[in-house]
Amino acid sequence: MKKLVIGLVLVNLLAACASEKPKETQVAAPAPAPVAEAPAPAPVVVEAAPAPAPVATPVVETDPLNDPANILAKRSVYYPFDVSAVQEADKPIVAAHAKYLSEHSDRKVRIEGNADERGSNEYNLALGQRRADSVKKMLELGGAKSGQIETISYGEEKPKATGHDESAWSQNRRSDIKY
Amino acid sequence: MAMRMLQGVAGLLLLAQISVASAVLNIEIIGAGEHQIPVAIVPFGGDDKLAQAINEVVVGDLQRSGLFRMVDTTGKTPHELSEVSYPDWQVRGADALAIGTVATLANGRIEVRFRLLDVVKQAELVGQLVAANGEQMRAVGHRVADLIYEKLTGDTGVFSTRIAYVNRQGQKFSLLVADSDGYNEQTVLAQNEPIMSPSWSPDGSHLAYVSFESGRACVYVQSLYTNQRMLVANFRGSNSAPAWSPDGKLLAIVLTRDGSSQIYLIKPDGSGLRRLTTSGAIDTEQNFSPDGQTLLFTSDRGGSAQIYSMPVSGGNAQRVTFGEGNNFSPRYSPDGKGFTYTHFVRGKFYIAVQDIQNGQVEILTAGGWEKKPSFAPNGKLILFASEARGRGILATVSSDGRVQQHMFTQSGDAREPVWGPHLQ
Repeated sequence: MKKLVIGLVLVNLLAACASEKPKETQVAAPAPAPVAEAPAPAPVVVEAAPAPAPVATPVVETDPLNDPANILAKRSVYYPFDVSAVQEADKPIVAAHAKYLSEHSDRKVRIEGNADERGSNEYNLALGQRRADSVKKMLELGGAKSGQIETISYGEEKPKATGHDESAWSQNRRSDIKY
Repeated sequence: MAMRMLQGVAGLLLLAQISVASAVLNIEIIGAGEHQIPVAIVPFGGDDKLAQAINEVVVGDLQRSGLFRMVDTTGKTPHELSEVSYPDWQVRGADALAIGTVATLANGRIEVRFRLLDVVKQAELVGQLVAANGEQMRAVGHRVADLIYEKLTGDTGVFSTRIAYVNRQGQKFSLLVADSDGYNEQTVLAQNEPIMSPSWSPDGSHLAYVSFESGRACVYVQSLYTNQRMLVANFRGSNSAPAWSPDGKLLAIVLTRDGSSQIYLIKPDGSGLRRLTTSGAIDTEQNFSPDGQTLLFTSDRGGSAQIYSMPVSGGNAQRVTFGEGNNFSPRYSPDGKGFTYTHFVRGKFYIAVQDIQNGQVEILTAGGWEKKPSFAPNGKLILFASEARGRGILATVSSDGRVQQHMFTQSGDAREPVWGPHLQ
């Protein structure tokens, strides 16, 4: 199983190097299978990654954004119910993106806030916006410029996982950082 | 107290579960009014097929209100006053009797001549001609039902009014307008991005709503007659929660352009923006009182979502919901004496009403996934979003909690319903 994962990572890395396009966010984002894996969102692939680092050597200027081993590959932060502050566990992710944005002033991000379905649709739209805005605030504190960051909310309108249970809700209480 | 509202209990006491199957939707009625008026509706004479179709609409409307009991008309088919034998109907226990004739004219119009008779007093209550274009057969039925309802209950009928709601099917969203019974639906907008919070202009001519078609929440106003639409609020962040003032001259909307979700006033043409709340918390879902002086809204300024009240002219907000749980989506009753809202406690959503004067709360539903209530224009019914058999559905509950109605649309999830006004 682990071998397979590493194999996949290699393929991803190669694909990332080959295509070099900064837009290739898809490659780096190891989005979890929508419903199946509940609480632990993304990291499976990333954790296995450190080993094959040398593969990247041929191309010197790799955008760390495209490196699935980099913390920047993590693009989502998660929240408890009705909370919009970035949680301790996710702060390193936001800090890493802040650093990246401060070093790449030409790059822009869109923060998309989401909420679980408990609450009214309008309240959840507001909550999702507040979540996105709190990520923005942290990015700015970390050196990103306001003009690099757009925030929007989908509220409960675009659930990643459906179902009236905590395993779905925990995935939907989320802000996504999209380049 | 709340027990009498439970479906099972009501079902045991007085079961009136009717299922009207059709290609469009399926309606289930649970419970019954305290005092049901026994009424006999004789299928009208004339064009049999048309008469049957109109009869179904009339009977369906009256039954769904929970206020009437249909008396069997088998074997008796009076259509004219001279054919009525009152003792026949007294024996069957009818208090009122509706008879009439229907005809399709050469120009395609439908004409219904009907009379409502008081069986006990042996007197005519209403004699009326109802006419419409041929394709408005259901509208004729709703009008007849309204006349019967008004005469027998003393309240204004709402069967001829319309409702708006959002249907979600996978990634597809449509904004729909339908008759009060869910039939005759028309698509106002269909797209692959979310639609939220439809809101009727007071004269029923326009809908304001939130659409994500530009990639984020913006407020639009659309004419239901010309379909012409206008982007009213497109500021940075989220633009949402449109609510019309009773005179139709203002919209209250929620913007995040200056920080957290706050309430602003704007003209329906997008001009004259003015900020109303300055809480720094979430303020949203505002609704104008019928006199236009006060707003009810949802805010988490006290730490969690509750309902607050404030003057439209500005000033301090006062919290109006208390106790365990959270409260959302307030909407005034048409007389302004109370409001309905969504009560969320211990994992369940309930539809509730509160009296503004004495603060008394009544939970109207058994609880579940019940959201976004709005009153019918006569204040007797509340429309809300519910869930049954794994799907989002439309539902109504009488304002005393006794009668519930579930409307299953053909497919997808019904969300965000709102009852429209009487057409002017």
